[in-house]
Amino acid sequence: MTNNKKIYDKGMVIIGLCIFVVVITFPFWFNFGNAAPAPEPKIADKAKAAKECVRPKAFMKVEHMQILNEWRDTVVRDAKRIYVNSSGKEFNMSLTNTCLDCHTEKAEFCDKCHDYASVSPYCWECHIDPKETK
Amino acid sequence: MNISYMYSLIAVIVLFLLAYVGAMLPGGEVFFGIIIPYLALIIFILGFINRIIDWARSPVPFRIPTTCGQEKSLPWIKPNSIDNPTTTGGVIIRMFLEVVFFRSLFRNTKMALKEGDKLSYEWEKWLWLFSLAFHWTFFVVLFRHLRFFTEPVPALVEVVAKLDGFLQIGLPELRISGVVLLGALIFLFLRRIYIPQMRFISLASDYFPLFLIIGIAFTGILMRYFTKVDIVGVKEFTMSLATFKPHITQGIGSIFYVHLFFVSVLLAYFPFSKLMHLGGIFMSPTRNMVNNNRFKRHINPWNYPVEVHTYEQYEDEFREKMVGVGLPVVKPLAAKTPEEAKEPEEKE
Amino acid sequence: MKELPNPDEFLSKIDHKPSPTGWMDTPVEIRRGIACHAAKPDRLEYVGFPNPRDWSCFDEDWQLPENWQEILHKGFKERLDRFRSVKIFMDICVRCGACADKCHFFIGSGDPKNMPVVRAELLRSVYRNDFTTAGKILGLFGKKAKKAYGARELTLDVLKEWWYYFFQCTECRRCSVFCPYGIDTAEITIFGRELLNLIGLNIDWVAAPVAFCYRTGNHLGIQPHAYKDMMDFFTDEIEEVCGIRVKPHFMKKKADILFITPSGDVFADPGTFTCMGYMMLFHFLQEKYGLEITWSTYASEGGNFGFFTSHEMMKRLNAKMYAEAKRLGVKWILGGECGHMWRVVHQYMDTMNGPADFLEEPVNPITGTKFENARSTKMVHICEFVADLIKHGKLDLDPSRNDHLKVTFHDSCNPARGMGLLEEPRYVIKNVCNHFYEMPANTIREQTFCCGSGAGLNAGENMELRMQGALPRLNAVKYVHEKHGVNMLSCVCAIDRAAFPTALEYWLPEVDNCGVHELVANALILPGEKKRTVDLRNEPLPGMEDEDDE
Repeated sequence: MTNNKKIYDKGMVIIGLCIFVVVITFPFWFNFGNAAPAPEPKIADKAKAAKECVRPKAFMKVEHMQILNEWRDTVVRDAKRIYVNSSGKEFNMSLTNTCLDCHTEKAEFCDKCHDYASVSPYCWECHIDPKETK
Repeated sequence: MNISYMYSLIAVIVLFLLAYVGAMLPGGEVFFGIIIPYLALIIFILGFINRIIDWARSPVPFRIPTTCGQEKSLPWIKPNSIDNPTTTGGVIIRMFLEVVFFRSLFRNTKMALKEGDKLSYEWEKWLWLFSLAFHWTFFVVLFRHLRFFTEPVPALVEVVAKLDGFLQIGLPELRISGVVLLGALIFLFLRRIYIPQMRFISLASDYFPLFLIIGIAFTGILMRYFTKVDIVGVKEFTMSLATFKPHITQGIGSIFYVHLFFVSVLLAYFPFSKLMHLGGIFMSPTRNMVNNNRFKRHINPWNYPVEVHTYEQYEDEFREKMVGVGLPVVKPLAAKTPEEAKEPEEKE
Repeated sequence: MKELPNPDEFLSKIDHKPSPTGWMDTPVEIRRGIACHAAKPDRLEYVGFPNPRDWSCFDEDWQLPENWQEILHKGFKERLDRFRSVKIFMDICVRCGACADKCHFFIGSGDPKNMPVVRAELLRSVYRNDFTTAGKILGLFGKKAKKAYGARELTLDVLKEWWYYFFQCTECRRCSVFCPYGIDTAEITIFGRELLNLIGLNIDWVAAPVAFCYRTGNHLGIQPHAYKDMMDFFTDEIEEVCGIRVKPHFMKKKADILFITPSGDVFADPGTFTCMGYMMLFHFLQEKYGLEITWSTYASEGGNFGFFTSHEMMKRLNAKMYAEAKRLGVKWILGGECGHMWRVVHQYMDTMNGPADFLEEPVNPITGTKFENARSTKMVHICEFVADLIKHGKLDLDPSRNDHLKVTFHDSCNPARGMGLLEEPRYVIKNVCNHFYEMPANTIREQTFCCGSGAGLNAGENMELRMQGALPRLNAVKYVHEKHGVNMLSCVCAIDRAAFPTALEYWLPEVDNCGVHELVANALILPGEKKRTVDLRNEPLPGMEDEDDE
């Protein structure tokens, strides 16, 4: 139905549309000229040497928070400290002593992805990264 | 069975399957991940602008605000400067309350005929509450999604996410907005089904966006809490879209493409549907106009001269009768009847 | 006219549950008692409207012009290009249903097509079919696909539905108050009726007043001498009540103010008492302050039935107001109590027929008050004017002369929702009456209910419709009648005064109806008047009568 008629209240309409476009395209101009590649978490030597985490890598990638949560609940509520994985290997359920033992650098391993995905896990509200305190 | 919502439900299911299966086919990820989203966004932006311009091509010939409060008249009568605004400031407040808090909907009541002969207008804020909940949580969810489209993520987005998850239920943390969004959508759907008047007036185009947004919320919740996705991989992909260097991240999974496809469909559908109320509310003449009609002349651009019945024509037809009862006339009667022109009334 | 069942039976038959089928699958049945008579051809001819003919809505064949669909399609398109309001309202309704139970006709009838949303859908369905891309594309997939989208072709049945339901809307705007986007069904109805008029489909109760008003200056077709006779009769009546002979001016050049009010008040009770009220007030102002207010028989109509026909016709009728004010050389115009007249005066007149630069910015010469809010239109509402006089103590009032009345006030739709005249009449009433009671909050001010007969629906043959429409209003009056003993329903609208007596007789015979200025005149002490023993209706004033006898 558009024909070559004039636009009424042009000023207001244009202002409104500009606001609309600016808001909608926010991600485009906000990131303009920014490549923002996905971070590569640094795997510490000890972790590399261990070859596999408590569970396979793909599983850990999406479910690690679940495991940590379970660990915490089991330790705090049931006072059990031993985790047995599917291949029968035993682990001490401890963020500081087990996880951070291999993954020695929190800033290079945990934080990199968390920051990228804007996730702020509340682990560190209680736990400390032994390195950071030094 | 109500055909309107069956149509819509089937449409959304077909869309689901299309993306779910399609993304698994060779080239499907590129199609559903890159081509469709860009296309949808272009359609959305251009379609939206086009619709607004189309509306703006028609003038508002008369100033017709719906006045919902006391007018500004005598200095000692307090005007309602928001519901019956006489200044631009008043209109801005009125529009702000309308857009942000759905003020008119807040007035809603429910009519009932009681005891056979008593009409009552009862408290009914559910529609207001749930639509507000729906729109606000949808906005919050959308806003939170900026974390996938910005790097570094603006602090405000993180604050909102934090507030949204302040209950700290489960892991990943439960986002209140997602749950409320889904709940509100289901309420809005159920009232269309269960209230007979609503069922009577609802069209397929009312159910379709509901189902579509339910689908969006559902697949989102599914990915976050249940099936899980590689979130860094997702962000790598979304950032590639946002920086115009699109490339597919492998192994994100079909549900993600369904989610993205639903959003794309919603965007492309938007400008051609009732969802344009987003833009329309700002241009609604009964809400966005100042009620200053009698002290500032409004111009109608197509005002044209019309044929009127002039006083002269009127007097010509009725002169004799007017003179007969002593009404003043401009042209005296043709000098022919002195007999009845004298019937002296008390006025001249 | 169809016989109405008694009120209890009427109420028991109202069912607000619509049929389970969608509205498009529910065919229209044009019923007697609801529909109005078709416009007679001579009315349309007089004002040069197209397609005048003798026809009836109950006939199968409406004798439409051959290309009626084409005319309507073209008319629709033209009007979409002219009115942003309707264009937006066509596109953005989400059918949330908030408007559904706000319409007095839906409340009173239960007919689901009287839900404002459906009234608009009647137009929207055709709009989607004819003017949207989606409608055209879906049309390729057949009727069913179109229907799912809510689109349909303009067939004869659809046209009949339009006619039936656009003449079941009083353009009261109540739904617009509740709509989250401010969608105004009055705009929809005005638009729809304007289209219908393109092919000669009007109702006689609108078309006749339009033709009359064009010719004689007022809707009732009262010719100048008859108008004068009526006023003379009122003069006698007033003399009988208070022993004063008032001397109204007619078309007096260089008078201070031109007064224009609906002609209904000159013609039928109880409006006549309001008219007498004006005459007494003007007499008082002339005697006491030397203010000259003149009437005109040429511009003897405040109301504007053109508004219920088309924007053009509205303008043609309204033009007389400024034309007469200019011819007479008055300073400004005073408008009487009327509903849609004030919608037109307030929201349309200046735009259509202004600028009124030949008039002065209105000032009340007695109090010195500038009516700032009317400085462009130069037309002041009599309630604004009188409220100002009372505030400054310029009227001599004895409110006890209204002590026999327990009064409530009905906000008329248009002054409430198309202007915002809420406090002024209340202030006036509270100063001339000692017993005033408000109806429940959901039924007054901007949420007021229509009298049920506005926008040209005050005919005789559609009595069932009128009683449906009046139900919500009178149900609220009944509430204050039972609670406070209210026995007088006052209002500032001539259509109200034409509609309420019949509706009250049906729904609530214990209550009577009056205009605000009848109450003013009852209380107004004219200089040199005799002791009043009766009110304007010649009904004895309790108490006063006794003293007189002693």
